Amino acid sequence: MDIKVLGPGCAKCQQTEKIVKEAIAESGVPATVEKVTDVMEIAGYGVFGTPAVVVDGEVKSVGKIPKKAEVLGWIK
Amino acid sequence: MSESLSMTTADNGVGESTQAIAPEEPSLIDWKEIWKPLAWIVGGFLLFFFLPVDSGRFTGSVIEALALAKWYAQEHVLLCLVPAFFIAGGVAVFVSQGSVMKYLGAGASKVLSYGVASVSGSVLAVCSCTVLPLFAGIWKRGAGLGPAIAFLYSGPAINVLAIILTARILGPEIGVARAVGAVLFSVVIGLLMHLMFRKEEAAKAAAAMHMPTPEVERPLWQTALLFAAMVGLLVSATWSRPAQAGSLWSAVFAVKWLMAGGFALLLGVLMVRWMRVKVYKLVIAALAVLVPALMLPQYPLLAFSIGLVAFVTLLTTTRGETESWFMASWDFTKQIMPLLLAGVLVAGLLLGRPGAEGLIPSQWISSLVGGNSLWANLFASVVGAFMYFATLTEVPILQGLIGAGMGKGPALALLLAGPALSLPNMLVIRSVLGTKKTVAFVTLVVVMATISGLIFGHFFK
Repeated sequence: MDIKVLGPGCAKCQQTEKIVKEAIAESGVPATVEKVTDVMEIAGYGVFGTPAVVVDGEVKSVGKIPKKAEVLGWIK
Repeated sequence: MSESLSMTTADNGVGESTQAIAPEEPSLIDWKEIWKPLAWIVGGFLLFFFLPVDSGRFTGSVIEALALAKWYAQEHVLLCLVPAFFIAGGVAVFVSQGSVMKYLGAGASKVLSYGVASVSGSVLAVCSCTVLPLFAGIWKRGAGLGPAIAFLYSGPAINVLAIILTARILGPEIGVARAVGAVLFSVVIGLLMHLMFRKEEAAKAAAAMHMPTPEVERPLWQTALLFAAMVGLLVSATWSRPAQAGSLWSAVFAVKWLMAGGFALLLGVLMVRWMRVKVYKLVIAALAVLVPALMLPQYPLLAFSIGLVAFVTLLTTTRGETESWFMASWDFTKQIMPLLLAGVLVAGLLLGRPGAEGLIPSQWISSLVGGNSLWANLFASVVGAFMYFATLTEVPILQGLIGAGMGKGPALALLLAGPALSLPNMLVIRSVLGTKKTVAFVTLVVVMATISGLIFGHFFK
């Protein structure tokens, strides 16, 4: 499973990355987490607002820090 | 590891003499890790070594810096900044960004998209780190270069915190001029950029757009009423004593705490009705504010502070959106307060307060940016465009500059060119837009800021 956290590096984006990693560790699902900081690449996903989370190419959340339970729902 | 392994196999036949020389052995000292802290230590040492504590100008400036920080702490933090943080946090949580962004999508009407882009900074750009992704998104996926530029330019100037603080400290006319100027010129600059680079606009990829979903859905009138209560509270609490008695202004001043209390009560009732705040908590909070307000009416700040604590308690002891509201407000506070304190201290040290000089002689300031000449406005615009202002620090710095003799026109020019642009920010914009468009954008901003400074300075001396 391929997970991308989109965000230029503000506090909220780092928090999102942390929550996603925790969720993965908790679920035990094999997954890679990639942080995307390039602004044009972020825009390429069509997201209007950061932090955003993309799971296997599908945009799951935009403009907010997701809750761990939500992330667990996306990856299982 | 692999290097040392291969070395031993290669050295096997040669003998021990080469090992003694071993020029490849890495040094224990890693300068890459050392030079940065070392530079700080040496810099600090040099600073104190040459600290001019005997100079009257220096010690005077230090006192000025402390006095300015004290003035901010007494006059602005409790009544203005803290409520402003809660308003900004409320905007971040309660205003649906998606409902604004749909007017900036690829299919949006052109006229409408410029209008929305120029004012949406007030609700969207409350965090500086979201500006650039939004900008890139509007450009590449949404309404195009013009509206994207309009958004990029006006955003930093019209966010709620910036307007409140500018109007409060630099005066309402410059606060209004900043907001109106930013909105107007963002449309002009956006349109000009669109015309200049019309041919390069590529066809929009018809990809799906993903809007942020709001944390809570609430009818618009409810959100509006909520913000009206908060803004009313802020305005009445910061109402200053008018110059002459007998006017409507002084009548309002006489009952300002009564009004502030009324707005606070309205806010409390709204929170009970819509946010699951328990009635008994609101009653306790109201009593906690009323008692000091009636017993010690000469210290309104005491009742106000207790009110703030009570408000935070209501927010944090209720589950749901009030928690998000508190966290968003806290994020702003944490991010902005240290920067603002540093900005106030530096401004006080370098520029002093009005009527007292800091390290930089007032003569220099007034000869460079005094009056309202073309040169003064242009200079202020260019300096503003390249200098980096941390969030909101432009306000105390400008206050210092105006106190030291800067004209009102150049001050507005700096406000309009400053927060939207800085050298680091230009480099990022360049990586998104390319060199040609960035140069055009910066030039347009400087020219526009200069012109608006000239016009403003002509009418307000």
